[in-house]
Amino acid sequence: MAAEMKFLQGNEACVEGALYAGLQFFAGYPITPSTEIAEQLSARLPQRGGKFIQMEDEIASMCAVIGASLTGLKSMTATSGPGFSLIQEAIGYAVMTETPTVVVNVQRGGPSTGLPTCVAQGDVMQARWGTHGDHSIITLTASSIQDIFLMTVEAFNLSETYRTPVILLFDEVIGHMREKLILPKPGEIELVERLRTSVPEGTDYHPYLARDDGRLPMSDFGGVHRYNVTGLVHDMWGFPTTDPATTHALLRHLVDKLEERADSLARYKEYYLDDAEVVIISYGSPVRSARHAVEQLRQKSRRVGLLELQTLWPFPAQLIHDRCQMAHEILVVEMNMGQITQEVKKAVPDPDRVFLANRIDGVFITHKDVKATLRLIMGKGV
Amino acid sequence: MAVKDYLRKRFFPQIWCPGCGNGIVMNSMIRAIENLGYKKNEVVIVSGIGCTARMSGYLDFHTLHTLHGRALAFATGVKLGRPELKVILPLGDGDAVAIGGNHFIHAARRNIDLTAIVVNNGIYGMTGGQFSPLTGYGKKATTAPYGNVDSAFDTVELAKGAGASFVARTTTFHAPQMTQIIEKAVAHKGFSVVEVLSQCPTYYGRKNKLGGPVEMMQHYKKTTTPIGSKAKQENPELIERGIFFEQERPEYCQAYAQIIERAQRV
Repeated sequence: MAAEMKFLQGNEACVEGALYAGLQFFAGYPITPSTEIAEQLSARLPQRGGKFIQMEDEIASMCAVIGASLTGLKSMTATSGPGFSLIQEAIGYAVMTETPTVVVNVQRGGPSTGLPTCVAQGDVMQARWGTHGDHSIITLTASSIQDIFLMTVEAFNLSETYRTPVILLFDEVIGHMREKLILPKPGEIELVERLRTSVPEGTDYHPYLARDDGRLPMSDFGGVHRYNVTGLVHDMWGFPTTDPATTHALLRHLVDKLEERADSLARYKEYYLDDAEVVIISYGSPVRSARHAVEQLRQKSRRVGLLELQTLWPFPAQLIHDRCQMAHEILVVEMNMGQITQEVKKAVPDPDRVFLANRIDGVFITHKDVKATLRLIMGKGV
Repeated sequence: MAVKDYLRKRFFPQIWCPGCGNGIVMNSMIRAIENLGYKKNEVVIVSGIGCTARMSGYLDFHTLHTLHGRALAFATGVKLGRPELKVILPLGDGDAVAIGGNHFIHAARRNIDLTAIVVNNGIYGMTGGQFSPLTGYGKKATTAPYGNVDSAFDTVELAKGAGASFVARTTTFHAPQMTQIIEKAVAHKGFSVVEVLSQCPTYYGRKNKLGGPVEMMQHYKKTTTPIGSKAKQENPELIERGIFFEQERPEYCQAYAQIIERAQRV
């Protein structure tokens, strides 16, 4: 049988990816430019026995998603800037209680209500640090409809593997753009199912007692084991404590389980990097313009290459360090005032050689914008 | 089983002040569940943040201690995830009708099968005695040193108006009645609200010179009356207690099961 091919919006590809990954529960509140995800899932989820609920706001949506995930269902919400701000406290709860959840943020212009229908990538740092307290989190992004599908499946897999919320940080252009999607067949991509405890009914189950390999098997909430879940600092029983040693160990665990795996969590693509003297780093829809510019410059035999980041957090600092070793110049292309640029500067030996090509006016950055910035850096002839 | 068999004694002593009404409410809740014959594994307690919310940790059921004000939203996810579970929420003033007020009215509107036990002590206890939306005009609190300028919600009217299909009120003085009412509320299919007037002698009582816990509970005896009583007709100031409203209407999870059927037929 030939592969199933579709012509879809990014938001629709996200729906396809979520369903492929086994999404069973979605709660959301309408917000531009993510609304199509909720609309489509309201039709698709009940067809396969899943649940869709439109809540009274984004806060309630994220809370319902956590509640449903605890009962054993793969769960997701989707929102944009203002809604993403509202759910930060609940994202922290999912971090603290180690509840697998997927959060889609189709970015629009900000701050505040900003530019609801225009593109921006201003929520990169918010994805990392939006909720209070020391923590770590996984954030993925994509620059094509096919990759939106793949990264959505990946988000579910990683959230189940590491018991963490995973942010899918898309943007208005990639969310609304239409492109070809080749739908993988069932089984073609491996799906990670939740690690459930082997502790039998009637035996004490410790929800926050790690196995030897560091993983914490779950027990579906409301099932055969009764335990406590709290957003307070907690012990192996899930019961609140202020014990300094327990507190320290919990915080280290929450951060280290992801930060120590930054290399293996790095998803990326590279183009023409082998001999590149100029390395362009980009993510999300601006990758398309950066790649366009790189291909034009290659035709002029310019040694320009592109590193596309698909994992933004934990930040792939080692990858960037390695790929930029030979670079004379590094140009970060992003639609904000340099949120990833600052991280790149920290990752390379010579931060003075890191430059930014951006747009923050709600207009999509083009290959001409990228080349104009390169011209400023490298002089004429580009 | 005895009441103590429903408690996680490992986590005692509990954190409440001497004379707090929360223990009485917790006791009534346990007795109601015992009377209904539910197994421990069938019952979920979801709470938010505050003194009342700490009840969840001490109870040997499935317990979810969530964010301030968001207990009903988390519970909605749990209930929709596993509709066969009995989900009960002990909510304080803030969780129920302040920061949680929006979720309260929408849970009522949806008529989702959750039981909200609103433990109304008229104060924010855990943060040290600030006024709440249930404190009432003119009352004293640490953030109302000259008397509260805010009026109080009537929880019963609010719940009814928002669409709750079971609405009742009782007090910590009337513990046997509380048990009966909670029993009916939990058995009811739909969103049920039980307001329990409960004493906070440490803050509300002290600030408003109401005496100790015994005096405060006697006050509930004196100032409340069964719904529609002769005493109420003679003295309209009295607060009515009992079941105000009980209605059969489509429950959210059952209605959603029909949506699934419809979606799968298309």
